[in-house]
Amino acid sequence: MLMAVPTIVIVAVAVFTLIRLIPGDPAALMLGDLAEPQQIAALRSTLGLDQSIPMQFMIWVGHLFNGDFGKSIVTGEPVLHLVLSRFFISAQIVVLAVFIASIIAVPAGVIAAWKQNSLTDLALVGTATVLLSIPTFWLGLLLLLFFGLKLGWVPVLGYVSVTTDWKAGLIYMALPVATLFIHEMGVIIRMARASTLEVLRLDYITHARAKGLSEQAVLWRHAFKNAFGPTWTMIGLILGNLLGGIAVIETVFSIPGLGRLLVDSIFQRDYPVIQGCLLLVAVAYVLVNLVVDLLYPLFDPRVVAE
Amino acid sequence: MSDQNALLSVRGLTLEVIHNGGAVVKDVSFDVSPGEIVGIVGESGSGKTLATRSIIGLIAPGIRHASGSIVYKGQDTLQAGDRTLRRLRGGEIGVVFQEPMTSLNPSMTIGRQLEEGLILHTKQTAEMRRTNILHMLTRVGLKDPAGALTAYPHEFSGGMRQRIMLASVMLLKPALLIADEPTTALDAVVQRDVMELMVELTKEQGTAVLLISHDLPMVARYTHRFVVMERGVVVEQGTTEEILSRPKHPYTRKLLSSLPFRGDVRAIDTNVSPIVSARDIVVDYPGRKSLFKKGAAKRALHGISIDIHPGEVVALVGGSGSGKTTLGRTIAGLVKETSGEVLFQGKRRDNDWFHYRMNCQMVFQDPYSSLDPRMTILSLVEEALRLIPSLTAAEKKQRAAETLEEVGLGEAFAGRYPHQLSGGQRQRVAIARAIARRPKFLIADEPVSALDVTVRAQVLDLFSNLQKRYGFSCLFISHDLGVVEQIADRVIVMQDGRIIEQGDRNAIFDAPKEAYTRKLLSAIPALDLNDSGGVKLKWRLDA
Amino acid sequence: MKKLTFNGVIGGTIITLLFIVAAIGMFWTPFDPMKLSFSARLAAPSGAHLLGTDEFGRDVLSRLMVGAQASVWIGFATVCFAVFFGTLIGLISGYARGWADGIIMAFNNALLAFPGILLALGLLAVFGANQYGIIFALGIAYTPSMARIVRGAVLSLREREFIEASKVMGNSEIYTILRHILPNCLAPITVLATSMFGWAILSESALSFLGLGVPPPAPTWGNMLAAGRPFIEQAAWLGFFPGLCIALTLLGINLLGDALRDKLDPRMRGLK
Repeated sequence: MLMAVPTIVIVAVAVFTLIRLIPGDPAALMLGDLAEPQQIAALRSTLGLDQSIPMQFMIWVGHLFNGDFGKSIVTGEPVLHLVLSRFFISAQIVVLAVFIASIIAVPAGVIAAWKQNSLTDLALVGTATVLLSIPTFWLGLLLLLFFGLKLGWVPVLGYVSVTTDWKAGLIYMALPVATLFIHEMGVIIRMARASTLEVLRLDYITHARAKGLSEQAVLWRHAFKNAFGPTWTMIGLILGNLLGGIAVIETVFSIPGLGRLLVDSIFQRDYPVIQGCLLLVAVAYVLVNLVVDLLYPLFDPRVVAE
Repeated sequence: MSDQNALLSVRGLTLEVIHNGGAVVKDVSFDVSPGEIVGIVGESGSGKTLATRSIIGLIAPGIRHASGSIVYKGQDTLQAGDRTLRRLRGGEIGVVFQEPMTSLNPSMTIGRQLEEGLILHTKQTAEMRRTNILHMLTRVGLKDPAGALTAYPHEFSGGMRQRIMLASVMLLKPALLIADEPTTALDAVVQRDVMELMVELTKEQGTAVLLISHDLPMVARYTHRFVVMERGVVVEQGTTEEILSRPKHPYTRKLLSSLPFRGDVRAIDTNVSPIVSARDIVVDYPGRKSLFKKGAAKRALHGISIDIHPGEVVALVGGSGSGKTTLGRTIAGLVKETSGEVLFQGKRRDNDWFHYRMNCQMVFQDPYSSLDPRMTILSLVEEALRLIPSLTAAEKKQRAAETLEEVGLGEAFAGRYPHQLSGGQRQRVAIARAIARRPKFLIADEPVSALDVTVRAQVLDLFSNLQKRYGFSCLFISHDLGVVEQIADRVIVMQDGRIIEQGDRNAIFDAPKEAYTRKLLSAIPALDLNDSGGVKLKWRLDA
Repeated sequence: MKKLTFNGVIGGTIITLLFIVAAIGMFWTPFDPMKLSFSARLAAPSGAHLLGTDEFGRDVLSRLMVGAQASVWIGFATVCFAVFFGTLIGLISGYARGWADGIIMAFNNALLAFPGILLALGLLAVFGANQYGIIFALGIAYTPSMARIVRGAVLSLREREFIEASKVMGNSEIYTILRHILPNCLAPITVLATSMFGWAILSESALSFLGLGVPPPAPTWGNMLAAGRPFIEQAAWLGFFPGLCIALTLLGINLLGDALRDKLDPRMRGLK
């Protein structure tokens, strides 16, 4: 649990180093090929690029602590504000999709394990494997093609935030959420099934049966809670991973989320924004897993939160 | 046909593997009368567990009932519906399993797990349930019953968990208790306490017990009658007295003769200088480290000194946590001593590791873990000769093959992999590997405790024959005093990281001075052979 | 030999087909995949062009066959990179323990805190968007997972008595690692490497889809899918077929991975 702090420190160093490794001088790039050397030098000094690398790092970290993540080179917007507002858009899609997927997929996985090798099990596992093999960006396109173009139920382009108009916002969110939901269903069903199978082999399950409990009680009261621990950790990892991997979905549905922001910034060499995105996602990932770990003892009292 | 007075009557029970129809339990019949303790004795693969679990309809997946009946109080449980079975399970027939560490649900409090059965099978109020649970937990010897209600299983030791299991089952006052190896996973001393508790409790409530175990003396000690099973078949049954004194079936005789008997007294010259000496060995295990503080170190050995003479077999005995394994591993160089030193042939071991390694080998407890699964049997033994400079490659191969032959594994085994061998065969490979170098000193850490009774006897025989032939000294670590009585020249008793008693084997076994030693000895019987292949068991009292 | 499982057969068949198609694509394709033909722009699938043509009139089937090469090559190279470095780091870390292990794992965990594709995106900014950039970026992004798995395997193997037996025999640590530990790590390495092959193919196409992968006109499934995106209304096949190829490949790899896991996982082996 205490690993979270050093991890975030190393993450910060890594992000900083990564950006310095990018070839080319951002000041020269920003000013274009007609710029005078003096102009470039002036911009370098405003951006702090003329300092030594360790100095730049210290200044950067100092600013981070003051909530100053710099300004976008392209638009001049404060990075923290920009990144956080985009993060909110991505996060609502990811959290909603994973939440719905978990509610359906976890019980489905448990049932598949309980009926191991039955037709139900084969159908569930088969479906899950197919679902998880479909790339989200392709699935998104297919859904868009069908529901957007064929049926005309949802708009094909554009985006409205739920905060401005919640009805319209929900409609715009429907397809991206559905895409992620379908994909993650596959992942979670398989995980829940595997961890339930592990538990069902154990002695206390046989003992619960030997006590005279019904199969339902054995499954939900004894097996489920113990099997949920590993699945819970997995859901945490999925959440974190999706935050980073959502760029493709956002591209398909033209949503101005964090992923799209990162990709655009890479194209535009907007260093401060790239840094901000990477840092925010990594920190979010660490925090999500921290919360997951802290809640883990609820499912398994053997693991004591330190 | 079945006995009208019997509580449980099993007739012609046959269970078979679904996919190939092979019978794993064949035509098994026995009865249990109310209040009676009946034993079922058998080694692994005898079908004893399969047969008894099917009594309450818990037939393992992949196995099906082929024929026969199980009549409990006049009702055939094999024909009964789910509802009837669930009423019998727990309510009428209680079950205690072998593994106390995994038999309780880790994520549910003890209180809830105990209450579950009462809610299901009785109409008691919450208040009554609590009183009954507290009473029962006190009865099985828990120090803080009220605290136990909200505690989780991992907070208790193995022995305590088995007591809790027993409490959870006996709380429902079952008419029959099926105890499947109830104490096998426990320390010898704890084992007896739990068994006595079980016998007392069932006697109080008039519960009949079906005691399933591989441990023949233990079964004999507590039962009126027992059944001997081998490979799915009942080979013999009768009163305990009768079977012990006049066994009829060859398998029963084999089981009895596999029980460890006291070996001959051998003349060991203890006036010569010892081959291995440990001097004031202290071992501390570091406490659990966290970022801010270092936990207190735990002292596993408190300054142990022992000598082992040429050709001598010294047994190290004690319960878990006594430090016997740590001492063996320290002498082997697998654990670094905190202070003290090990001398080999009078010189410091640490000064010449190569010489020590060439002359000191080890046999480990678990034959499933001690052989690299990706190597063939021959290459496993050959590897032990790899570092010997004086042998050519061809000589090494030949020596390895000869050594395998010597432990009873002929050419046919050379190319096999460990997973293709039985436990006993694997342990033979481990022994071959250890002796291939012709070491002068061997450390054997519980080398036979993972083996079945009859296999154990064979491997022990092999071991003492090899010891006689090559004359190596041996530090034999074991929790099983029966085995020690058979093989050791001298015995060292350890408790809590200290030596509490040591002496010649006969002295220790016949006139133990320490209470702990007497308690250890009370768990094993002294055997007297009779002419008809039977034995008489004499239990030592620890009073 | 155990009988082949259904999963293994289906998965193996799909992956074998992928390799065959990629191999054929090196020597022969129905049309030149780079040849522009304005007369045949956005032609629907037909006898001449089995899977239709794209906005420049290039044959989709031919481009998919060449794209398969890119996927296989990038997937393979990435996996080799991650297996080599991940195994090396995992072995050192697991066997050394102590402070060396602590430092290596702190870095490893920090890298794991970046979702794989995010780290790859960041690294691509450094290496540049081309196939070598992708291989390095994905390779580096996957190495920590491999290192963690190998380290875990090493730590559990260290507790096994045969490793202690090797020590008691007087074998050196290097010998013990190479002779006893590494061969016993092969099962988890194989299982993870199989999954990684799938991740790499998926990530490559995702990156190409974002415009950060192999640059056009060289065809990959990902950039074909991205190029088809604006024409989704007129020419749905442009996006459909590349996506189908990716999905089938991933399905094959997942099935194969499951079969391998069942076969190699020691916990499952004990039950047979």
